[in-house]
Amino acid sequence: MSQSHAIVAGLLNVVLGLAFLMITAALLTWVERRLLGFFQDRPGPNRVGPFGVLQVAADGIKLLFKQDWIPPFADAGVFVLAPAISMITVMLAMAIIPATPLIGIIGDLNVGLLFFLAMSGLSVYSAVLAGWASNNKYSLLGGMRAAAQMVSYEVFMGLSLVGVVMLAGSFNLTDIVRSQRHMWYVVPQFLGFIVFFLGGIAETHRLPFDLPEGESELGAGFHTEYSGMKFGMFFVGEYIGIMLISAMTTVLFLGGWYGPVLPPFMWFGIKTGLLICFFILLRAALPRPRYDQLMALGWKLLLPLTLLNILVTGALMLGLPGPA
Amino acid sequence: MNAMFAIAAGIAVLATVMMITRPSAVHALLYLTVSLLAVAMVFFVLGAPFAAALEVIIYAGAIMVLFVFVVMMLNIGGEAEALENDWLKPAAWIGPSVLALLLGLELGTLAARGGLARSAATVIGPQAVGIALTGPYMLAVEIASFLLLAAVVAAFHLGRAVMRGV
Repeated sequence: MSQSHAIVAGLLNVVLGLAFLMITAALLTWVERRLLGFFQDRPGPNRVGPFGVLQVAADGIKLLFKQDWIPPFADAGVFVLAPAISMITVMLAMAIIPATPLIGIIGDLNVGLLFFLAMSGLSVYSAVLAGWASNNKYSLLGGMRAAAQMVSYEVFMGLSLVGVVMLAGSFNLTDIVRSQRHMWYVVPQFLGFIVFFLGGIAETHRLPFDLPEGESELGAGFHTEYSGMKFGMFFVGEYIGIMLISAMTTVLFLGGWYGPVLPPFMWFGIKTGLLICFFILLRAALPRPRYDQLMALGWKLLLPLTLLNILVTGALMLGLPGPA
Repeated sequence: MNAMFAIAAGIAVLATVMMITRPSAVHALLYLTVSLLAVAMVFFVLGAPFAAALEVIIYAGAIMVLFVFVVMMLNIGGEAEALENDWLKPAAWIGPSVLALLLGLELGTLAARGGLARSAATVIGPQAVGIALTGPYMLAVEIASFLLLAAVVAAFHLGRAVMRGV
C-alpha cells in the first residue's frame, strides 16, 4: 500500500512540476514581450486582461485552433518528431534541477550534471531534424547552422563545468549547491561562469546567437515550415530552455537556494528570474554576429579559456593546502 | 528493475533491426540513435550510470549528430534510396543472417548454462571509473589521446589548405 502511495505521489510531483514549467514558459512569452517593450520605450502587449497577461491565453488558443498542417514535400514522421524532441529534452533536463533540497522533480541523481549535458546534446536533434524534414533550403541551412553551433558550444559548456565538478567533487546537483554554502562558485570559477552562460545562450539559440533562425537571411531558419501548435512546441521548448540555462547557472555558480533572510525557494526563484530577465535584456541590447565570428569566438577564444581554467583550478587545488 | 532491463534491451534490438532495414539514411540514423539510447538505459539498469551518461553524451549527442549533419549536407534523397533498395536484395541477407544466427545460438547456450546470470548488485559511480582510467588503464587513455591529437592536427591542416587555396 505504501509503495503505491509513493508511486502516486511521485507521479503527482512529475505532473505538477511539468504543469508549472509549461505555465511559466507560456507566461515568459508575455514577460519577454513586455520587457522588450519597456527596453524599447513602447508599451508591449497590454490589451488582453490586466497588463495584457491574458495575451498568453489568446496566443495559446490561436495556435491550438490553427490548421495542423504538414507540408506535402516534408518527411511527415520526422517533421512531427522534431518539435516533440525540442520540448521533451528540455523538460527532462529540468527534472533534475533541485530548487531546494526538497523541491525538485527527481532531485537526487548521482550523475545529474551529466544528465543535463546529455539532454542538451540530444536537443540538437530537434533543430537538425526540423531543418532536414522540412525539405526547404532555408530550413536546411538553419538546421545545419544549428547543428554546427550547438555541437561546438556543447564542448565548451561541458568543459566550463569541469572546474565546478573538481571543486565540488560530485556530479550531483544537490551536493554541488551544498558545497557552495560558504562561497558561490561564480567567484573562484568566474571564467567557467562566463563560458557556461555564453554556451547556454548558444545552446538555446537565443539572440545574439540565434543564427539558426536569423530572420534577415533565413526566413525563420529551421522552423520556417512549422505552424500551429507544432510551432508552439518549438516556442515553448525555447522558453523552457531559457529557464533551464538560468536555473542551471543558479545551481552551479550562484549558490542555488542559499541566501539570507528569505526562504530557500524564494532565493532560487529570484536568482533564476533575474537571469531570465538578463537573457531578455541581451536580446534587446545586442546585434547578431556573423556566423564565422560566432564559430571563431567559440573555438579560438572560449576553448583555450576553458582549458586554462581547468589547468589553473587543478594547479590551485593541488598547490593550496586544505580543502579548496 | 528486470522489467526495465527487458524493455530497454528489446527496444535496442528492435531499433537496430529497423536501422539495418531502412532504405532512407536519416531514418536509419534515427533508429541507431534510439538503439544507443536504449543501450544507455541498459547500462543504467546494470548499475553503470556514468557509462550510461557518456553513451548518451558522446554517441547519441555528438557522434550521431555529426552523422546526421553529414547526411544532411550531402542531401541524398530518392536516388540513394533506390540504390540502397537495389543493393539490399533478399540474397544479400543470407550471409549476415547465418552469422547472426550462430551468435544467437552461442548466446542461447550460454544463457541455458546460466553463464549470463550475473547480478548487478554494485553501482559503479563516476569516481570509480575515473580512478580506473587514470590508474591501471592510463596507457590506453594516453594512446587514445594520441589518436585524437592526430585527428586534430589533420583537421587543422585540412582547414588551412582550404584557406590558402581561396
